[in-house]
Amino acid sequence: MSGHHPIVPHGDGRHATFWLPLFLAWLLALLATAGALFLGEVMGKTPCVLCWYQRIAMFPLVLVLGMGLFASDARSVRYAMPLVGVGWVIAAYHLLVFWGVVTEGLVPCGKGSSCADADVQVAGVVPIPLLSLAAFTGILVALWVARRRAGRAGI
Amino acid sequence: MNRKSIVLGTVVAVVVAFAAGVAVFTNRSNQEVKQAVQTNSDALVRPHSPVFGNPAAKVTIVEFFDPSCETCRAFYPIVKRMVNASFGQVRLVVRYAPLHQGSDTAIKILEAARQQGKYWEALERALAAQPQWAAHDRPQPDMIWNLIDDIGLDITKAKADANGPAVEQVLRQDVADMQALKVDRTPGFFVNGTPLREFGEAQLKALVEQELKKVGAS
Repeated sequence: MSGHHPIVPHGDGRHATFWLPLFLAWLLALLATAGALFLGEVMGKTPCVLCWYQRIAMFPLVLVLGMGLFASDARSVRYAMPLVGVGWVIAAYHLLVFWGVVTEGLVPCGKGSSCADADVQVAGVVPIPLLSLAAFTGILVALWVARRRAGRAGI
Repeated sequence: MNRKSIVLGTVVAVVVAFAAGVAVFTNRSNQEVKQAVQTNSDALVRPHSPVFGNPAAKVTIVEFFDPSCETCRAFYPIVKRMVNASFGQVRLVVRYAPLHQGSDTAIKILEAARQQGKYWEALERALAAQPQWAAHDRPQPDMIWNLIDDIGLDITKAKADANGPAVEQVLRQDVADMQALKVDRTPGFFVNGTPLREFGEAQLKALVEQELKKVGAS
């Protein structure tokens, strides 16, 4: 073996079958980010504390996965996974709070808007935490597929 | 590279869709506010409200005001200057929008001072010291009593008035009107019934100019 060992597994050929699921994960993160910004900045819904924690997990995914797409770097999956995991758990917890399974007394939501408020809905029907959980789940699945494909290609 | 253009193209598409959504949403909510104003035009000005400037002025700035709100504090001298520079053509009507914790107490103190003719003095004292008493996580509106104890008020009477029915009625009516007019942030400006939609000092000045022209005053 030569000393030439690329740190970044580049390539658009057979080694990059992970690109499509990576792209889908990134697209979901991008849409979720745009949606969160629209709800917060345009429609004027104040994000509650749990919403903020989910935003903290979601927004960087656009950049981390976007960098991975640009460089066809499958290792971006590894760096994105912890964010996705944390975001997923918070979204699931938020949904439980919203549905009343967990009482809000356990959450520091006294200030600002309430995490269990009915206002946490889009068009009055879909709870925002459910959308968030769906997005994190989709990203998780897509990244898992991407990692498997990248693994098979020997990365 | 092809894939890079896919990524960039997607970003552009999402940004364009976002901008289109902003345009549609802003347009729709502007329409809603206009409609709310048309159907509730009597909710804009009530005879009980404090008026700054010539009461017979042709142009009326209605400001939904929260004494705890930093932006209201920043706009106070701006609006005051606009009224003073208008040669009696512009007046300010102050309506209350207690959107912060403790704002209602602050408003009650100011209204009690108004009953003794010391409203603007009390308001300016309260706004000047706003950073001390209006911390949003720990508001102490009762501090305003100390700020205004040397402007010549009968404090005992004012403290009774602050919790009296007249002040309570003003506050209740203003909150009801605020909701009817869909004011959800402060300061909320209306100039001769036209809501200020795009917020800013320049925009407010332009709206006032526009209304002055309409009434043939300038």
